[in-house]
Amino acid sequence: METLVVVVLLTFLAITAIGIIVLRDLLGAVILLGLYSFIAAGAFVVLDAVDVAFTEAAVGSGISTILFLGALSFTKHEQKKRGHDSFVALLFVVVTGALLIYGTLDMPHFGRIDSPAQTHPDLAVRFIEQSGSEVGPPNIVTSVLASYRGYDTLGETLVVFAAGIAVLSLLGLKRRRPEDDMPEDTPDHLPGDPLSGNANENQTHY
Amino acid sequence: MKLYPRQRHRVLQVVTKLLIPFVLLFGLYVQFHGDYGPGGGFQAGVIFAAAFILHGLIFGLQRTRSVLSPTALRILMSLGVLLYAGTGLVTLLMGGNLLDYDVLAHDPLHGQHWGIFAIELGVGVTVAAVMVSLFYGFASKR
Repeated sequence: METLVVVVLLTFLAITAIGIIVLRDLLGAVILLGLYSFIAAGAFVVLDAVDVAFTEAAVGSGISTILFLGALSFTKHEQKKRGHDSFVALLFVVVTGALLIYGTLDMPHFGRIDSPAQTHPDLAVRFIEQSGSEVGPPNIVTSVLASYRGYDTLGETLVVFAAGIAVLSLLGLKRRRPEDDMPEDTPDHLPGDPLSGNANENQTHY
Repeated sequence: MKLYPRQRHRVLQVVTKLLIPFVLLFGLYVQFHGDYGPGGGFQAGVIFAAAFILHGLIFGLQRTRSVLSPTALRILMSLGVLLYAGTGLVTLLMGGNLLDYDVLAHDPLHGQHWGIFAIELGVGVTVAAVMVSLFYGFASKR
């Protein structure tokens, strides 16, 4: 039953991914991207990775959809049409994909209990048996993230911080803008379509 | 992004006003209950930021900025990282390894508890501040 649910979710995932590639309407593609993350979060829940599912649902389908919509307001809603399809590129992608799939053949099979990560005495075995007496929290994921691998999490936090600084130095963060003080009911755009900024207006501000 | 509040969105505004306290409360729950259930600093930071982003989308960026100014965000962003790295520094000064929380209290388990509490708070503050300021950055530049 569980396998069936996973297979159905992964099928939806593949269909959504193909939909994102095929769609030329970027707004639709962004919404599908949010759906993709949400389905992935569902799959993680079925696989008992609740913490990962939580993050995927909050970041993937929540925040990044909003940020993509924000990025969309800088550009047009329609993807540019290409004149031709490159067969060299297709060949390259197929070969790379085949190599990657060939690489997975060496990996332990899905859910194998005797895979190295499960049986290594310093990894899963130790975390499951010792983390209660060594670290304390009942949620082993928290023990691993915050204590056993605290140094890695420090690096992750620094990455988030660096990403924030990088985007702010690119986009800037103005203290105050006169347009923001506009009174309510400014009849400049249709309600319910907050992203329909037209291109000319975008140009005049900067 | 056009973020001017409108009278016509009255229903959205009322519902958002009702919703935001619960979102913030859930963020706090995820932050401080991460030891016992799913969650932790990263998820809590994102949920916390989502509350402010929702406010910005519905009430307009200007009103959100008067609640949480970009300067405050910049300070919070660095404060979270400093809290995390500072915890590591304190463990070093107290004679342990970097981020070895055992030395923070007499009982190693208590030390671990304090250490995890501090660094999860640092992660949460940084993530929330970065997410909200990313939203400000994208939404204010048109």
